[in-house]
Amino acid sequence: MNRRRFLPVLPILTLLAMLGPVAAGLWGTVLPAFGHLPAAGLAGPSLDPFRDLLDWAGLPRAVMLSLSTGVLATGISLAIVVLVTAGWSGTRPFRALERLLSPLLSVPHAAAAFGLAFLIAPSGWLSRLVSPGLTGWERPPDILIVQDSWGLTMTAGLIIKEVPFLLLITLAALGQADAQRSTTIAQALGYGRVTGWLKTVFPRVYAQIRPPVYVVLAYSMSVVDVAVILGPNTPPPLSVQIVKWMSDPDLAMRLEAAAGALLQLGLVVGALIFWRLGEVVVASLGRRWIAKGSRGRLDPVVAQAALVAGGISAVTVLLGLVVLVIWSFAGFWGFPDAFPDGWTLRNWMRFGPGTLEALGETALIACTVALVALILTIGCLEAEYRYGLSFSQRAVWLLYLPLLIPQTAFLPGLQTLMLNMGADVGRLPVMLAHLVFVLPYVFLSLADPFRAWDTRMGTIAAALRASPDGVLWRVRLPMLLRPILTALAVGLAVSVGQYLPTLLIGGGRVATLTTEAVALASGGDRRAIGVYGLMQTGAALVPFALALLLPALIWRNRRGLRHG
Amino acid sequence: MDKGLVLKDVKITKGGVPLLSVAQEIAPGEVLTIMGPSGVGKSTLLAFITGTLASDFAATGEVWLDGQNITHAAPHQRRVGILFQDDLLFPHLSVGANLAFGLQPGGCPATRKAKIEEALDEVGLSGFADRDPATLSGGQKARVALMRMLLSEPCALLLDEPFSRLDAALRAQVREMVFDRARARALPVLMVTHDAEDAEAAGGVIVTLGG
Repeated sequence: MNRRRFLPVLPILTLLAMLGPVAAGLWGTVLPAFGHLPAAGLAGPSLDPFRDLLDWAGLPRAVMLSLSTGVLATGISLAIVVLVTAGWSGTRPFRALERLLSPLLSVPHAAAAFGLAFLIAPSGWLSRLVSPGLTGWERPPDILIVQDSWGLTMTAGLIIKEVPFLLLITLAALGQADAQRSTTIAQALGYGRVTGWLKTVFPRVYAQIRPPVYVVLAYSMSVVDVAVILGPNTPPPLSVQIVKWMSDPDLAMRLEAAAGALLQLGLVVGALIFWRLGEVVVASLGRRWIAKGSRGRLDPVVAQAALVAGGISAVTVLLGLVVLVIWSFAGFWGFPDAFPDGWTLRNWMRFGPGTLEALGETALIACTVALVALILTIGCLEAEYRYGLSFSQRAVWLLYLPLLIPQTAFLPGLQTLMLNMGADVGRLPVMLAHLVFVLPYVFLSLADPFRAWDTRMGTIAAALRASPDGVLWRVRLPMLLRPILTALAVGLAVSVGQYLPTLLIGGGRVATLTTEAVALASGGDRRAIGVYGLMQTGAALVPFALALLLPALIWRNRRGLRHG
Repeated sequence: MDKGLVLKDVKITKGGVPLLSVAQEIAPGEVLTIMGPSGVGKSTLLAFITGTLASDFAATGEVWLDGQNITHAAPHQRRVGILFQDDLLFPHLSVGANLAFGLQPGGCPATRKAKIEEALDEVGLSGFADRDPATLSGGQKARVALMRMLLSEPCALLLDEPFSRLDAALRAQVREMVFDRARARALPVLMVTHDAEDAEAAGGVIVTLGG
């Protein structure tokens, strides 16, 4: 049988697909960072690229921005999620937040960032809604909100997208933490809801969610698309500057970009170490806090504040989408009118054909990548089941590795490496680059439901003389239809949202909805951005809707599969 | 012994610690009951016989079925049927499709359909073929699970606490049905249970492990 030889290879193939490009990219970054770039006729080693980097006047500020936005966004979103869960899990407002989770998660970062910009800019919707009535503004006030030099708006843009992500993984961790009984006991001992939860459940939950928290930190420090839309310009955060250098027609600027990329990697590693030390400090303070036995008199206030913050974060994303819709249908819309003078389909007629072309490219890449990722994932999990392999905790970190190494550190190197080898940029390399980021998410999304499947079903099916392949295709996969479709939707959404891999590895020639939308940021045509932002959101959202709808339709007469 | 299920010096260990050892012969139509408290490794023995022993266990000894050594055969080629305490009907298939899953391949669609109807008639579930298994009562599910297993024409039947989820009234009825069918087909039956009443009703040799 062919498969028997094929299946055991899949885990190795998967690791290769995930880590190969990362390793190659880092290698391709190190070489030019030390002055070695044959394509530009340069041979190293030399330290000049680092000297040039240090000579750049914007460097201290760019480094500070990278650190402050990353640490603040991670810290604040984690605090919101932890306190909301502590104060409200199991209550009605919490269930409302849970229901919003899937749509919130699937809104791409770029679309959420545009929505936030259109809300809170001086000429944004919020300002229009209260002007001139409350403010007396007849024209937009001259203050810098979006792209502020402290990067605060950018931080806010990251928070509204990281809160749903962290909430999702916290919910998954709660199931294994025996949270309900611990909080009941703590409350019976007189502890407040929040304090009781923090003192009993949080340590267990945090141990589980630690890897994704690190991912959020690494991502927030090195994000490019959100930074281009909401971040400061002069100087921009380090990651944006690296991309600028990379797209300079002068090939020699790639040396400085590579040096910057290594610095970015160092910053992220440093921040992760700093965060780890912070964990130790918090743990020791926490133990003292627990030993003190305080019952938490401020709990109601803290819980209220956290719920308000979580609510604002969720509502901002949704209102941002509403504003994108309004702009995409807006005729003339003068300040300070709350709504446009007229509604028109002209924007959609004008930008529609362009978005459709980009949608085709986006869908082709996303579908291919998500399907490949799904097949590799199912192959790995099935191999694990059939051969009784078990992945250690260390192997789980391997899954997170491509998400922990900043994109800006290895993607420029991957592009340079391809340039040196004379390899053509284009769609196929872009797909391979997307796979690096799609695979971990698909795997993490499917692994738990796949492993939770009752293996006695397999024993029964084998006793009924079904072969191992028969068990997989006729029993296991149909039973797991819903989680499989969800994993596929996750993969599609991750691919749709990819900006930097598409831009750098596509060499500017692969135009997806995301690259087109982000490219519009500098022009400031809000109608075009509205159309592209909505199409991008739709491309990520529709698969999630289908992943909910299809199993409900297909299994409409199968009560045993309706919940989970 | 030509016919029947033979366990030759089966010893199972976990991490080097001996868990159980069994040497028994079960003739066709007879029932061997293995009793013992939970955690003593009764289900592990069944997993060894079906070929699905988890990798953290190690086993020595041989399993012979109808004169053939099946110790190293693939699970789906052993012709050993098993029933668990849960019905484990496939939730994505209708009652009829569950039975068709068990029915050996071959025959035209009409014959297969007739065989399935016949199996349903035999356990008083006529006309249930298109039903969603989740809508059946506990006793009905147990009967479908039994017929599904019998349609696959096993050469031996293993029972893993098969009646413990059923309430008292149903229990005797289903138990009788299972043992009657097994005897009629001359199947060697190996049952593990911690319930003395089940063991007694089986009417065969009783081996007590651990405890």
